[in-house]
Amino acid sequence: MSDTPKKPKKNINKAKTKTPMREQPAGERIFNFEEVPLGYNEEEATLEALRCIQCKNKPCIAGCPVGIDIPAFLKLVGEKDYEGALRKIKEKNFLPAICGRVCPQEDQCEMVCTLNKPDKGRDPGGVGRVERFLGDYAMEHDLTITPECAAPTGKKVAIIGSGPAGLTAASDLAQKGHDVTVYEALHKPGGVLFYGIPQFRLPKEILLREVDGLKDMGVKFVMNYPVGKAESLESVRERHDATFIGTGAGLPWFLGIPGENLNGVYSANEFLTRVNLMGGYKFPDGADTPVKNIKRIAVVGAGNTAMDSARTAKRLQPEIVYLVYRRSRLEMPARVEEIHHAEQEGIDFQLLHSPIEIVDNGKGAVGAIRCQEMELGEPDDSGRRRPVPVEGKIKEWAVDTVVLSIGQSPNPLLTADCPDLARDERRGTITINDWMQTSYEDTFAAGDIVTGGATVILAMGQGRKAADAMHRYLTSGDPAAPAGEDSDVCDGLS
Amino acid sequence: MGNKIVTAMELAPKTMLFEVEAEHIARRGKAGQFIILRVNDEGERIPLTIANRDPEKGTITIVAQEVGKTTEVLNAMGPGDEIHDLAGPLGKPTEIPTGKTVVCVGGGIGNAVVWPQVQALKDAGNKVIAILGARTRELLILEDEITEIADQVIVTTDDGSYGRKGMVTHALDELIDGGEKIDEVITIGPVVMMKFVCKTTEPHGIPTQASLNPIMVDGTGMCGACRVTVGGETRFACVEGPEFDGHQTDFDELITRLSYYQPEERASLDNHHRCKLDAAAEALERQD
Ligand SMILES: Cc1cc2nc3c(=O)[nH]c(=O)nc-3n(C[C@H](O)[C@H](O)[C@H](O)COP(=O)(O)OP(=O)(O)OC[C@H]3O[C@@H](n4cnc5c(N)ncnc54)[C@H](O)[C@@H]3O)c2cc1C
Ligand code: FES
Repeated sequence: MSDTPKKPKKNINKAKTKTPMREQPAGERIFNFEEVPLGYNEEEATLEALRCIQCKNKPCIAGCPVGIDIPAFLKLVGEKDYEGALRKIKEKNFLPAICGRVCPQEDQCEMVCTLNKPDKGRDPGGVGRVERFLGDYAMEHDLTITPECAAPTGKKVAIIGSGPAGLTAASDLAQKGHDVTVYEALHKPGGVLFYGIPQFRLPKEILLREVDGLKDMGVKFVMNYPVGKAESLESVRERHDATFIGTGAGLPWFLGIPGENLNGVYSANEFLTRVNLMGGYKFPDGADTPVKNIKRIAVVGAGNTAMDSARTAKRLQPEIVYLVYRRSRLEMPARVEEIHHAEQEGIDFQLLHSPIEIVDNGKGAVGAIRCQEMELGEPDDSGRRRPVPVEGKIKEWAVDTVVLSIGQSPNPLLTADCPDLARDERRGTITINDWMQTSYEDTFAAGDIVTGGATVILAMGQGRKAADAMHRYLTSGDPAAPAGEDSDVCDGLS
Repeated sequence: MGNKIVTAMELAPKTMLFEVEAEHIARRGKAGQFIILRVNDEGERIPLTIANRDPEKGTITIVAQEVGKTTEVLNAMGPGDEIHDLAGPLGKPTEIPTGKTVVCVGGGIGNAVVWPQVQALKDAGNKVIAILGARTRELLILEDEITEIADQVIVTTDDGSYGRKGMVTHALDELIDGGEKIDEVITIGPVVMMKFVCKTTEPHGIPTQASLNPIMVDGTGMCGACRVTVGGETRFACVEGPEFDGHQTDFDELITRLSYYQPEERASLDNHHRCKLDAAAEALERQD
């Protein structure tokens, strides 16, 4: 395009907008579960990396929950030193292929980027896209940047839950020479990365490859092992010198409206689990877990989970997919890119509608969803304008399936087993101190189990912080960092 | 690294008993709890009750009746074969009283669940009467095992081919009418049977626990597929159950929910049979 520089003087690309990324066309992709954005090739990645002006104050680093030295890795990509760039990222983030795909960069590094001037039509640097390129490059070239592990310390560590928080903590602690075992309740590792986020957004092969990398580092995985059931937390703690809890926020909420237990009503977790974890989209030839032949479906909610459910549903070839949300577009919590993709794929957004009943089709299954029309009133605690009912305006859509994606809280499977572990009774989250330490001295927690449903990168950032504190606890008995050490992970702790 | 089958035994047509290696479950499992297994990497996750366990040998016993593709594949397995994966023990254990008179009413495959319960109840010093129902004599399972432990066993068959002719509820009615002072009833079996057992005990005010068997996916409280309505409230059977107050349970809803995937299960089974036929035909061709 005209913005592309002919011969840059300094090695900088002055294009105002991000180097475009090729995508599977919407009309094609709704017939498959293949990935949607196709990623950059070397040339595109280099071009995009060269848009970074290497500004002095580097706001992006502070904008990144794990503090990746973004200008440094972009510079290396600009010099085509992909391996060096990868090493740079891996200092802080060991899952670039995943974060490049699922991080909300628009609210983090890219939001604060010096280049970012939407009013002047200037995009921020495409950090996420280049990050993803590097992750994919490593895979294609079979570059395993397995970090060196320190000499064995002889300390045993248990990691409970294999989501992004647990995997990050496992990686960091193994690098420090500890003997790490991950315990996972399900039959596949990755937590939400496996059972929730669909194949077309995060191919599972990428995740499994990262897990293999951990195994190469000596991390052991015990699957099908729900701690609290298979073994008490107490006994796990006895067998290990320190324990990490990263069991996520897996308990789905329901609305409490009539008709919610009709056949054809799913939590987003069930719907996505059937399709992703159990491979239900291949039923009956490649998987045994059935997914119904859906004709008309309504997804309730507007977060990432709702977008994932709607887009997953679309790929099962129904006549129509509605997305019902009680607020307006502006308040939708999903990533902009996901909303955009959902629209492209023809998801029918029904905003400012709140479900009041799921109507029986006379056979115990869903026949329709009845909604109250809403309008926006005053802002609530979250700062978003509160939806209020418009008197007398009720609407009904004929559907055979309803997927509820209205939030989730921590799964009590583990915590029910240890009633004296300090937690927030109302939210169900585990209470921690500034060092991610729980009320049990030897036990630390991070990720959604601490924050409630949040993001992959926050879970990873916390997993890292917990791992650092655990390392200090294991070596000196005190999880608090001595002043001056590890300043990036201790930010704001003292 | 699956779980090895140590012994396999046919209990009745299309009903197999397996002893499977699962050390930690053998150690931790209690009566009323279940496991979730997958037979292979494409497999569905299905819940099965822990019918017995041997902590010393590190094995558990499960009983499976062929009702769909997964159970058909499972039941074709034998000693030395490995179950792809197995998680547990899941769910809450049965609440075991002490020094009471308890009647366990099982039907069909439900008798596999009655077995560990009778054992646990006896161990806690209760008087235990078991009523075991089956459609016909050859479908009756685990009679000897349960008779060995229970104080009294009453067998009923629908067709009168063995024991008393009639339903388990008739036997239960007779017990109650005969003046047996029953403190509690535990019932496990087909949903319709449990519903009528609860109807039988309700007028007499006998507390009755029903062991519910809704469709499950993860079995860890993560999906809500297993939700049931008890006392007007939604409960997740895999973590809050599987046993609930039978007088408060909405059995009709459970029956409807259980039927939802029947067409798909049939399709899956047909598909499986077709594949088996194709494989057989291929094998024949190779022989030629
Ligand atoms: C559909 C969906 C889409 C999302 N999309 C995005 C996105 O695009 N970008 C983004 O940043 N975030 C997204 N999120 C949020 C993000 O996935 C989570 O914030 C993140 O995965 C939390 O990580 P975690 O490690 O804390 O827990 P989880 O990923 O929830 O992992 C917890 C693991 O612990 C296991 N476990 C639970 N209890 C036990 C036990 N007792 N014993 C052993 N194991 C146990 C669970 O089985 C699970 O595997 C999405 C979430 C969902 C549901
Ligand atoms: S089976 Fe998923 S919550 Fe019970």
